[in-house]
Amino acid sequence: MIEQTTDHLVVGGKTFNSRVFIGTGKFSSGLALSDVVKASGTEMVTVAMKRANPMSEHDSILKHLQDQKIQLLPNTSGVRNAKEAIFVAQMAREALQTNWLKLEIHPDPKYLMPDPTETLIATKELVKDGFIVLPYCHADPVLCKQLEDAGSAAVMPLGSPIGSNKGLESREFLRIIIEQVQIPVVVDAGIGKPSHSSEAFEMGADAVLINTAIAVAKDPIGMSIAFSLSAKAGRAGFLSGLGSSRNRASATSPLTGFLK
Amino acid sequence: MKDDKYLNLFNQTEWCDISSRIIKTEKEDVERALLREGKGGLEDFITLISPIAGEYYLESLASLSNLLTKQRFGKAIRLFAPMYLSNECNNVCDYCGFSLGNAIPRKTLTPVEILKDAGILRKMGFEHVLLVTGESARVVDVKYIGEALQLLRPHFSNLSIEVQPLYQNEYEELIEKGLHSVFVYQETYNRESYSKHHKKGKKRNFDWRLETPDRLGRAKIKKMGLGCLYGLTEDWRTDAYFAAQHLQYLEKKYWQTTYSMSFPRLRPCHGDSEPEVTLKDRDLVQLLCTFRIFSHELELSISTRESPAFRDNVLPLGITTMSAGSKTNPGGYANEEDSLEQFEISDDRTPKDICSMLRKYNYDPVWKDWDSAYDQIQTTSPKKVSASQSRESTAIFI
Repeated sequence: MIEQTTDHLVVGGKTFNSRVFIGTGKFSSGLALSDVVKASGTEMVTVAMKRANPMSEHDSILKHLQDQKIQLLPNTSGVRNAKEAIFVAQMAREALQTNWLKLEIHPDPKYLMPDPTETLIATKELVKDGFIVLPYCHADPVLCKQLEDAGSAAVMPLGSPIGSNKGLESREFLRIIIEQVQIPVVVDAGIGKPSHSSEAFEMGADAVLINTAIAVAKDPIGMSIAFSLSAKAGRAGFLSGLGSSRNRASATSPLTGFLK
Repeated sequence: MKDDKYLNLFNQTEWCDISSRIIKTEKEDVERALLREGKGGLEDFITLISPIAGEYYLESLASLSNLLTKQRFGKAIRLFAPMYLSNECNNVCDYCGFSLGNAIPRKTLTPVEILKDAGILRKMGFEHVLLVTGESARVVDVKYIGEALQLLRPHFSNLSIEVQPLYQNEYEELIEKGLHSVFVYQETYNRESYSKHHKKGKKRNFDWRLETPDRLGRAKIKKMGLGCLYGLTEDWRTDAYFAAQHLQYLEKKYWQTTYSMSFPRLRPCHGDSEPEVTLKDRDLVQLLCTFRIFSHELELSISTRESPAFRDNVLPLGITTMSAGSKTNPGGYANEEDSLEQFEISDDRTPKDICSMLRKYNYDPVWKDWDSAYDQIQTTSPKKVSASQSRESTAIFI
């Protein structure tokens, strides 16, 4: 039997009981977000610096996260290159008093595709500057190894384009990343339903990041609980040793049965 | 060979050809286009903007548009306020309250007056402000606009302009001063109609205006807004097609820029002409939904020209951005006098009322979706910047 209490996620030297990270961008209110954070048991919540407004009464995100037992993960959404990302990271550290960072560099505002070159450059600089960097990237095994070598605390490859809910379209490459990378693999973007999340964990992913699927659900709290359960089920399945699937049936009368 | 400017593509496209294809759309075409959910590009735009789609499939369009918008933007609506800096204008346009011939008092805000309006908007909670002027390059030149941007930069997260079309180097100069986005509406893509309604002044030059988004793209603007003024041209469906074609061209060529689309309907003003056509509510709904299905990432805004009831009802159909408590006369926030306005406001609810309405419909009113620090990266030392902190330390509102 899997001892859940001993199966913790460790990122950047910090231990987490929950393997579901939550994005905050699309909720109908700060209260709805706060309820989801509590119900899901998440311990890592990412906030876009362009939305953060710590000194304003109109801020609908940060004030609802203040009293929660979570690691705040500021992100650099909106920046288009390494220079801008480093700038925003420093701003985030100063404004939110944390050196944790989800590095997002997408120069393409249409599909929000991450820029691999700029992400690697920024990761190297930010790690040197003392940041705990979790870069959002393509499901590119070589890039993920390079990000690991650069000192990333985790890699966050995409399952499919942000907000698409299409699931793990990149599964073949995620499989290689999970096999090769020695730091936590957090599948980010594209996870649209709990079964997608379970699949990621069954493959051996260490965590998932969910936003759209929870925020736009008819019942966001119910959906966040469903994701939490899917993470536990998928993870337990992985740890228990899943049987391999086959395309052909096994013959009930073995062809080599005559061999004594 | 790829076109080096939109004008070439535009000149190769026949208005009557598009118009006839829109009319010839059949029900089966609409059903196929709906199944493709936008993947059919401009061909499907023609289908979905057709009269037959509007007559028989409006609910299906609305439902798909709602789904796609929620998927991309979630349950959040971004708020902004226009700030009219000047109603001076050298153009004669028969639909606009600022038209040169109109006997209205002319006003251009001084720096002190700009800060007065800014102070009121800040107190209301606005972080995103659109600076609007008439088109008078003599009174409101690039220097004036640049100074206004510099004056307001410490106080707002995001500054946009809607002014006369400028040269590329002028846009570059303003971007250095903190400009984030530019709204430049073609008004209509029909040359004859354009010529009829724009009687005098630099705005008569159709091609100069049409090439503006290319100049903006080359200047590397972060966001640009496009749109037609619906009511200037009778065949509004074909007008919308050209706006979509323009958008598609720009999205592919200037791929790092974000785009928005607006849908103003012509309303009464101090001008002297009646609209060629008045779009019905269901026409406007069809327009909104067709653009959303065409471009899932496009920011769509709905103006305070529209009634409160209509704005509330179209909210879930694709809208991502709203203005609130707008004044369309220079200094309008500090003064009660409305006599200098460009057009009449139909939705005069306060920003607080708009927020209550949004919450009632389960939307989060988003006041800040950008940080001024992002626009200052080229010129400022990172260690010193925190937008909200810098604002706190320089609060000098009057």
